[in-house]
Amino acid sequence: MSATTPQASPDSKPSIFEERDSVIVRFAGDSGDGMQLVGGQFTNTSAIFGNDVSTFPDFPAEIRAPAGTPAGVSGFQIHFSSHDIKTPGDDLDALVAMNPAALRQNLRSLRKGGILIVNSDSFGKNDLRKANYEVSPLDNDSLNEYKLVKVPMTTLNRDAVGQSGLSTRAADRCRNFFALGILYWLYDRSLDPTIQWIDDKFAKIADVAEANKRALKSGYYYGETAELLQSRYRIKPATDITPGVYRQIMGNQAVAYGLVTAAKLAGKDVFYASYPITPASDILHELAKLKNFGVRTFQAEDEIAAVGAAVGAAFGGAVAVTGTSGPGIALKSEAIGLAVMTELPLLIINVQRGGPSTGLPTKTEQADLLQVMFGRNGESPVPIVAAAYPSDCFTMIQESLRIAIEYMTPVIFLSDAYIANGAEPWRVPDFNTLPKIAVNHPKDAASDGTGGDGFMPYRRNDKLARPWAIPGTAGFEHRIGGLEKENVTGNVSYDPVNHERMVQTRQAKVDGIANSIPEQVVEGPQSGDILLVSWGGTYGAVSTACAEARAKGLSVAHAHLRYLNPFPKNLGDVLKRFKKVLVPELNLGQLWLLLRGKYLVDAKKYNKVQGMPFLVTELVAEIEKLAKE
Amino acid sequence: MSTNGSLNVLTAKDFANDLDVRWCPGCGDYSILAQMKKVLPEIGISKEKIVFVSGIGCSSRFPYYLSTYGFHTIHGRAPAIATGLKLANPDLSVWVITGDGDGLSIGGNHLMHAIRRNVNLNIILFNNRIYGLTKGQYSPTSRVGHKTKSTPYGSLDRPISPLTLAVAAEATFVARTADRNVDHMQQVLKRAAMHKGVSFVEVYQDCVVFNKGAFDYSVDKGVRDETTVHLEHGKPLIFGAKRDKGIRLRGHEPEVVNLSEVKEDDLLFHDEKCPDTVLAHILSRMSQPGLPEPMGVLRDIEEPAYEEQVIGQVNDTIARYGAGDLNKLYMSADTWTVK
Ligand code: SF4
Repeated sequence: MSATTPQASPDSKPSIFEERDSVIVRFAGDSGDGMQLVGGQFTNTSAIFGNDVSTFPDFPAEIRAPAGTPAGVSGFQIHFSSHDIKTPGDDLDALVAMNPAALRQNLRSLRKGGILIVNSDSFGKNDLRKANYEVSPLDNDSLNEYKLVKVPMTTLNRDAVGQSGLSTRAADRCRNFFALGILYWLYDRSLDPTIQWIDDKFAKIADVAEANKRALKSGYYYGETAELLQSRYRIKPATDITPGVYRQIMGNQAVAYGLVTAAKLAGKDVFYASYPITPASDILHELAKLKNFGVRTFQAEDEIAAVGAAVGAAFGGAVAVTGTSGPGIALKSEAIGLAVMTELPLLIINVQRGGPSTGLPTKTEQADLLQVMFGRNGESPVPIVAAAYPSDCFTMIQESLRIAIEYMTPVIFLSDAYIANGAEPWRVPDFNTLPKIAVNHPKDAASDGTGGDGFMPYRRNDKLARPWAIPGTAGFEHRIGGLEKENVTGNVSYDPVNHERMVQTRQAKVDGIANSIPEQVVEGPQSGDILLVSWGGTYGAVSTACAEARAKGLSVAHAHLRYLNPFPKNLGDVLKRFKKVLVPELNLGQLWLLLRGKYLVDAKKYNKVQGMPFLVTELVAEIEKLAKE
Repeated sequence: MSTNGSLNVLTAKDFANDLDVRWCPGCGDYSILAQMKKVLPEIGISKEKIVFVSGIGCSSRFPYYLSTYGFHTIHGRAPAIATGLKLANPDLSVWVITGDGDGLSIGGNHLMHAIRRNVNLNIILFNNRIYGLTKGQYSPTSRVGHKTKSTPYGSLDRPISPLTLAVAAEATFVARTADRNVDHMQQVLKRAAMHKGVSFVEVYQDCVVFNKGAFDYSVDKGVRDETTVHLEHGKPLIFGAKRDKGIRLRGHEPEVVNLSEVKEDDLLFHDEKCPDTVLAHILSRMSQPGLPEPMGVLRDIEEPAYEEQVIGQVNDTIARYGAGDLNKLYMSADTWTVK
């Protein structure tokens, strides 16, 4: 699809266009300013145009932090490019700041010489005071290093929207579209997708639709007429992308779609029990919409009830899933232990956020790895799978269910706030080509080989999985529970030797999953000086940093782990093939600890715990430093 | 495989299994287990469709001693786990076995929510007013002043009434019985099983080791006619060995009156179908000393069961929008083609 530029107004000069390979922009304003909305629109338009895109929404935990203060600033960053990209980018090429607080919070991300578009109408005394500016930065030379564009957006937008009959307040709510219009002009984007979206969204409120469209177009025309900048930019559609039909998807949405898909592949329906928690709630919202796919959602009274209901549903034969974030995992631990003991297939989704305690609810972190690995009483092994980027959630949640059912075990799926809220293009799969998930509920005692001495709930197959006999099946009545089980019969047993045997069997079963997962792949040289080992949402930044380091002539490879328990079978060998191993993580060194413990490798770590993703530049610097050591 | 046709031939023995029962000799739990085994063959549900879910505590060992499906879970969470099981398979007859510690202390929240949602569960709470399995600490139903291992100078905590809690959460079926009243217990359990929606039954249960005789005042033959009142739908509340006493309401307060002085028509008449919870609440508060404690069904009203509504919503959505097509779902956004 090509961009349809609106008709140039008669008195405008033809634009000068500069080609750019990729561009990073950010909308920043008050949480009530609709920055997430226009960020999403810009992303969508760019994706439809054919750019590769990656986004980073960043918003405060408070629903309505005091307006105009730094605490209430909400931002949406978009990286769009004519080639394959994996991160939302480091330094901004352009920043839209709707007020002084947004400027204060975001200016440090704008590169020198970058474009800074501000709403000059909101730099009044009061606005400045709320953002702790004594004098307006627009009036002194503090912004000299940037291409400052002052736009009286409030006034211009009111003029534009005025005739649509809205109140001034309602008119001001369209300012975000005015700002979007300016960026559409600047980057030569089509207005069509957004106009279509407005028409759909506000189909029943014609005056609001009209006002938003006017705001959008006025922003665009204003850019043109006022010749805001000397040149505009064009970013060609990406060409190094696998052919196919694409759409945009966010991590939590990909989890929801992946769950429904996985359940259908197993010939079952999803039962999703959850308690609202940031940043996981959108999975519940998304699934609640999909009832015509047979999805049953249950908003429980608390985190414990949510996992409890899921355990009950697993016993009943459903694709049982519970989703939460770190604090919820803490509450669910005992019930996860019950699923370990009763060996029921259960998915536990942890969309990680900054911790400990309530921590940074809307910010990203990967500090729950050791929690999900070890945070239960007793020897309680649980397989752990982690998605690497938003659309990877779709694939890895299916893989989680496959493991859960094939091995009769709870599985923990790790995502994080960055993946959950980040959007990227997703090559739409064909459901009919996806691998089925085999399910076997014993139904006939004679043919299932469970006859004779009666059904034995803890008799295992070659994968050490026990049978998933479900209530309602005659002849298989049995009792399970949290007390230690006697081998084979499943009767309660306090026998010391039996206990040790069962502890080891449960561990061996989880370890054995390594036989069913792919070997670890290495991007870059297969042996050499430096190997970076990462997991989870840092994939894009680490992969990009390694590629840049290689471009600088360094021997750097990258192994990104999707399976954290058990590790891929060849991981130990992979680690040995490199002189130095560096483990960058958004925590204080959790995978690092596991790798050192398991493989006795003298890995180095690089850590950041700011609730923010890695920048590519800081990783490249770290690699270069290590290369010199 | 049992079918409805063969149900009649099942007996209590069919619900027994060969595990040794490990409650203390003389424990009230034995009687509850015995009555349950007698009732199960009579409720018209085949054995493989019956599931007992329990939490932690002496009472929660119950599922191990039956030959149905069973799940001995974790402390306090049985109502939540049973809710999930029922939502996964609404065809099952799901029983929750809990106690005063499991159900009212650590699991109070789940109990309340399972009740207020009206999940079609039969929740049987064994109330022995003590922690048995942890060897004798006071429980949420222990009386004030109760001396236990953890309250050597007497308990200060004000007890909660399980029935009042159930009524406050608007349970659609609320009843009380006692371990030694075997016929009565069978009737109550049967009615609980028949009720659609949540059934909550409190069973006075004697912990012979740590709280022996706690309910003698209400179950001993010599005194129970004076200390309890049997509820009968549509009948006045009359009690006493000679049936010479009744309950009359003065405002919202129940009072004991002598039938030689008060006409039967002026007594409080029981109405278990009353949609409002006020009557059930008043009954749930009647306790010794002073008032006879009600035995039998306090409330039995019809409301849609939660799991039916959940499934109903799924079916309605399918009827309205058609069964979901995943390939269409994947494409349910702006798409573009890369060649
Ligand atoms: S401790 Fe009390 S409640 Fe528990 S089994 Fe013994 S008598 Fe029964």
